[in-house]
Amino acid sequence: MTTTATRPGARARAAIAAKTLRTDRWWLAPLITVIGLGGWVAYATVRVFMHKWYWVEDFHYLTPFYSPCITDRCVPEAAHFGTYLPGWWIIPEAAFSLPFLLLFRLTCYYYRKAYYRAFWMSPPACAVPDGHKTYGGETRFPLIFQNAHRYAFYAAGIISLINTYDAILAFHSPDGFGFGLGNVILVGNVVMLWAYTISCHSCRHIIGGRLKHFSKHPMRYRAWTFVSKLNARHMQLAWITLGTLALTDFYVMAVSAGWFSDLRFIN
Amino acid sequence: MGAKRRFKVWRGDETGGDLKDYEVEVNEGEVVLDVIHRLQATQTPDLACRWNCKAGKCGSCSMEINGTPRLGCMTRMSTFTEDETVTVTPLRTFPVIRDLVTDVSFNYEKARQTPAFAPPVGVPPGQYRMQQVDVERSQEFRKCIECFLCQNTCHVVRDHEENKRAFAGPRYFIRAAELDMHPLDAKEDRKEYAQASMGMGYCNITKCCTEVCPEHIKITDNAIIPMKERVVDRRYDPLVWLGRKIFRRDQLDGAGQAAGTPSLVGARTEGSEVEQHHGLNWHREIPPPQAAPVDETGRLPISEITADRAGGPSPFGDDQTFPLPPEGLNYAHPERD
Repeated sequence: MTTTATRPGARARAAIAAKTLRTDRWWLAPLITVIGLGGWVAYATVRVFMHKWYWVEDFHYLTPFYSPCITDRCVPEAAHFGTYLPGWWIIPEAAFSLPFLLLFRLTCYYYRKAYYRAFWMSPPACAVPDGHKTYGGETRFPLIFQNAHRYAFYAAGIISLINTYDAILAFHSPDGFGFGLGNVILVGNVVMLWAYTISCHSCRHIIGGRLKHFSKHPMRYRAWTFVSKLNARHMQLAWITLGTLALTDFYVMAVSAGWFSDLRFIN
Repeated sequence: MGAKRRFKVWRGDETGGDLKDYEVEVNEGEVVLDVIHRLQATQTPDLACRWNCKAGKCGSCSMEINGTPRLGCMTRMSTFTEDETVTVTPLRTFPVIRDLVTDVSFNYEKARQTPAFAPPVGVPPGQYRMQQVDVERSQEFRKCIECFLCQNTCHVVRDHEENKRAFAGPRYFIRAAELDMHPLDAKEDRKEYAQASMGMGYCNITKCCTEVCPEHIKITDNAIIPMKERVVDRRYDPLVWLGRKIFRRDQLDGAGQAAGTPSLVGARTEGSEVEQHHGLNWHREIPPPQAAPVDETGRLPISEITADRAGGPSPFGDDQTFPLPPEGLNYAHPERD
């Protein structure tokens, strides 16, 4: 009979000195995430507290970072929903939507993976040791609030509606109807924002994932199938929307500041 | 004759060990497990390695190749450059037995704690009917070959041994999801159980389980996140609660399932005349089942090594002998009359 130990008591793991034996560039993906997310957050912070160049009077372009515009500082044409907040510099123009958008992305199942790996090092990559002594995951305060993703999703749906409204209003010129490159960018941004919002894991669950019997709900099953296809691209959409948001905002800023003029197709 | 390649293989047992260097011949089309076998055949006959099918279907040859949890039989040598040293180590998360063989009984203990399929009430075996669309989500998780690479790579237990008690691991989350999504499973509280007793809250969706799965099961997207969302349904979402209250969905679901399922119990008592005619007796006293050979923790031994008898316990009870005595059977021969 073999004498090797399989008995209780011998519970030691293999004594491997190296923390990780991975030879591929496992640090590259977290590094790109840090640079990408860090750069985007820096840009967005600067823009949000700039308090200018968010509205193009001629064409009614409004950047998503200032929508809906609800402080006293807002130009009246940009403030479709009224101005409720004082124009103190620390209050962003979009004080209603930004916190929810931040919450939506912060609790997003894709971004959680990205920042837990890249910023929190828990773990930095697969089979690379966690940077922390103890680990409680999302079992207790504050991370248990990651479960509130669904509320942020509802809010993001409403904000996407507002962004759609902004994009439609932007088909404007001093002569009435107008259409330019800015509209292409604004509409492209809204389409991608909807794709990102609808591809959300919470949406996938609400739309049909929670059902036990798909055969009893054929319409919801079809909707679930559609959302599932989008959901597989949630990571790509998360990054694409960061790109389109920054691009839209930069374009509106540049046109508003007069750095270049909008390329007009009609009027 | 193929070229010689450099290998580092971890040799040792629970008392210690280290990486040993080897130069082994590698031929075209070979996988890492082939090289391990050549090592055994030519240089290190005592190298311990667990393997079975060599086709990626048994889940035995889980090991860490260049630090990444993989199946030895599914890792082609052509994925490495010719001057690359390939490092092969045992799974880190589980106690090592010897060389590349680890004691994965943690997983069997967690498997035993996971509640089994609960048969639907009022539907006799043989009458189970499911639509393909209803069962296909569960079927994805049936592809699991139990290689335990996901359990090994999950940092919750890999880097924090103390979490092993509270955390069941990705393999058992897909089991919980499989049964929770199963159209005929009658157990209603799997979500609560997964959250309270399987430690699903420990998972922070970093998706390493999905990355290492050799069957490409979308563990995180299709099992863990849906289960987390189902927990949110029950515990954190007032809108869902309101919807259930207003539209009474909670009652609809139950009613839809129970309607139209024939009761077998009634059908049997009706035929009592036929029973007497054929010498059948459906109400014959059934001998009490024999107690299972459990240990002091009240559980069956996890493997034959720790059991006090050879072979697994009989599902019919160890005191049952076959063939059964015919007078105790309910069988009417169709041509006896």
